[in-house]
Amino acid sequence: MQLDSKCPTGPIETRWDRHCFGLKLVNPANKRKHTILVVGTGLAGGSAAATLAELGYNVKCFCFQDSPRRAHSIAAQGGINAAKNYRNDGDSVYRLFYDTVKGGDFRARESNVYRLAQISLNIIDQCVAQGVPFAREYSGYLDTRSFGGAQVARTFYARGQTGQQLLLGAYQALERQIGAGQVAMYPRTEMLDLIVIDGRARGIVTRNLISGKIESHLADAVVLGTGGYGNVYYLSTNAKGSNATAIWRAYKRGALFANPCFTQIHPTCIPVSGDYQSKLTLMSESLRNDGRVWVPVQKGDVRPPSKIPEEERDYFLERRYPSFGNLVPRDVASRNAKMVCDEGRGVGETGLAVYLDFRDAIQRLGKSVIQERYGNLFDMYERIAGEDPYETPMRIFPAIHYTMGGLWVDYNLMTNIPGLYTIGEANFSDHGANRLGASALMQGLADGYFVLPNTINDYIAATKLEKADASHPAAREAEGQVEAIAHKLLETKGTRSVDSFHRELGKLMWEYCGMSRTAESLKHALGRIPELREQFWRDVRVLGTGEELNQSLEKAGRVADFLELAELICLDALERNESCGGHFREEYQTAEGEAARDDDRYSYVAAWEFRGVGNQPELHKEPLTFEYVHPAQRSYK
Amino acid sequence: MRIVLHIWRQRNAAEKGRMVRYEVPNVNEHMSFLEMLDVLNEDLIAKSEEPVAFDHDCREGICGMCGAMVNGVAHGPLPGTTLCQLHMRYFKDGDELYIEPWRAKAFPVVKDLVVNRAAFDRIIAAGGFISASTGSAPDGNAILVPKDNADRSMDAAACIGCGACVAMCPNASASLFLGAKISHLGLLPQGQPERHQRARAMVAQANAELFGSCTNIGECEAVCPKEIKLEVIARMNRDFLAANLSG
Repeated sequence: MQLDSKCPTGPIETRWDRHCFGLKLVNPANKRKHTILVVGTGLAGGSAAATLAELGYNVKCFCFQDSPRRAHSIAAQGGINAAKNYRNDGDSVYRLFYDTVKGGDFRARESNVYRLAQISLNIIDQCVAQGVPFAREYSGYLDTRSFGGAQVARTFYARGQTGQQLLLGAYQALERQIGAGQVAMYPRTEMLDLIVIDGRARGIVTRNLISGKIESHLADAVVLGTGGYGNVYYLSTNAKGSNATAIWRAYKRGALFANPCFTQIHPTCIPVSGDYQSKLTLMSESLRNDGRVWVPVQKGDVRPPSKIPEEERDYFLERRYPSFGNLVPRDVASRNAKMVCDEGRGVGETGLAVYLDFRDAIQRLGKSVIQERYGNLFDMYERIAGEDPYETPMRIFPAIHYTMGGLWVDYNLMTNIPGLYTIGEANFSDHGANRLGASALMQGLADGYFVLPNTINDYIAATKLEKADASHPAAREAEGQVEAIAHKLLETKGTRSVDSFHRELGKLMWEYCGMSRTAESLKHALGRIPELREQFWRDVRVLGTGEELNQSLEKAGRVADFLELAELICLDALERNESCGGHFREEYQTAEGEAARDDDRYSYVAAWEFRGVGNQPELHKEPLTFEYVHPAQRSYK
Repeated sequence: MRIVLHIWRQRNAAEKGRMVRYEVPNVNEHMSFLEMLDVLNEDLIAKSEEPVAFDHDCREGICGMCGAMVNGVAHGPLPGTTLCQLHMRYFKDGDELYIEPWRAKAFPVVKDLVVNRAAFDRIIAAGGFISASTGSAPDGNAILVPKDNADRSMDAAACIGCGACVAMCPNASASLFLGAKISHLGLLPQGQPERHQRARAMVAQANAELFGSCTNIGECEAVCPKEIKLEVIARMNRDFLAANLSG
């Protein structure tokens, strides 16, 4: 298979404009003759569905939650980047492009990233017009702040709820189209298969989560905006329902899965408190601006933090990275926390946490300043952990947060299956091996509001499709498969709950394919995962029936897919014999213990093709070339 | 600690429900309320009894999916907190808790603690938006918003659409929900052109959904996990009145 990224060439500043000019258009009067399915209603899916409907397409939109307003984009706290340079602090489209390529550790396409930086300007304008209540200066102008170690203040925000406010903007635009009859909305409906006819994506099979009804929806094109797959680790900052089923079933129908091993770990999460833990809660990265990270010097020191004298504390980030200190990037901070815990110096009941201490900042600035800066975060911490962070240091630990990998797409955001598009976190396209803070919201909205609604016309205009409805053999076959899976899950009648398998898989992945990986650990995981999968299908217990609301059955289907995806993640991690971004292979590090890339051998996108469950998938490589930003070693010493 | 639960079990919308007593013997004080329900459900599955269905997703208090009445109070006893953020350390050994789904005609029970809140979406679809199609926007800084208005708009925009206000209101009124959206958009210059039409359309839809009227009791404000103020209802009333006076 030849991977054609369709990336334009020539001067990077004009690539997107020139590309758009070359795309075919669909006459406004003809758009209503075409139906597009949009799966997922987060920033990407919601904005795409609304915009496609505004253009005049018939849209059918699906989400598994009870309302499109609940997609997990809503939980993003920090902000959204845009190269507006309102601050006159030296920002530009080119600088945002440069930072994103470098931050991604040189594993993203330059053309895509440049387009993202360009479109960032329009996103802010669009969101303001919709009524997103961004933070303002007293003058009435938009406020910005610097975020995630960026040297310019390019992050726009709405208190600590930027994701919520952006999503409500997209949701309200979507509801307007639903009210106008231009979008048919299917909440509490889960996509369980892709319908491919004559090599083109023509529809999806869904299950109504209330009635259990399995149904086919046929259309001219299918758009997946179904988010990331971080829940393969069971414990993550993702919502409980976030899952990989839509993209995984598309993969099994022939779509390529790119860079699955690029997973991002966020260093400041509230640690696990017990076996009953159901998810992890993120604490904003901004806390590291004033908090100092430390653990006791001595192994197994169980004294309360206030009883540990200064000389017996190890401020390990400040010690190892004197120039960046506590503000090193996410991947570096996370790995170092793991390292000290592995040494037996972790704190708290489980020993899997490090302190984030505000004592010195409170002494220096006063409690009221700290309260003003982080009051809501401190309250949230106290609510969950039951300790007052003004008095005793916070305990934090890294957690899985975002997945840079996803379905392979070309510059038009189309997968290798014609007519199947993937947008937002569900695709692999813009963040390389590591995503920068405040860039996920930017990408979701860029894809949904501005990229996809332009590129999809080209496919619709150029493609002559045969009529097909739910009686088509391909639809019947897909429905049959979906029903067979549900039947098997319900009829296994084993002894273990779905969650017990999911927890076991998560532990395995975290242990052997988490923050750092080795060939040995990955081989171990690759041995264990098929065993666990086999056990799952032999011993899972799903009570109830398929013809009702059955939350165990929903979870079971998703966990079944995670049990396959986990194997692909490990395989990809094993194949990539280098360290880059979120992918740290212990064998490949510099003398100082930092990630060592191997650009000569691994400067490519790894795109995997399904060859049957348990069979070795086929690896396709899309080479990456860098004409503008030249690969260099990241250093934070 | 040991907690005794009485949970509303109802197979589906058509069947009659009832309270069922359960015991959870090993509750850890650091568990969230929903994690306690997870533990109960794992026990039930082990005994081949059907687990309790309840809605939840982000478990960070922002998606608005979770919620139940705990001893008659929406989202339980802790103010400004969703059910998923309520931790068991606020309860004590031997406590008996009565857990029921949201109570309102406009939110029919789907199963156990799960209700149908689609009426909220229909209210937004009727007018809870600014009609700004993609591509039509001027530069973000071309629209000045006084900081005070932006802040008050954000206070109202914090609504997570969970429905606790409706569930707690003796009239099952959705006024806090409507007022929050009407205030969020009505406080911004971008929201002015459609301001009257918005109030009229949203109120009409809420009436059609059989939500009750507001009689200024204030239970909604007391249980709102985002602490949205009654003031938003006054703003809704004013916009609605002005809309009708202006014809």
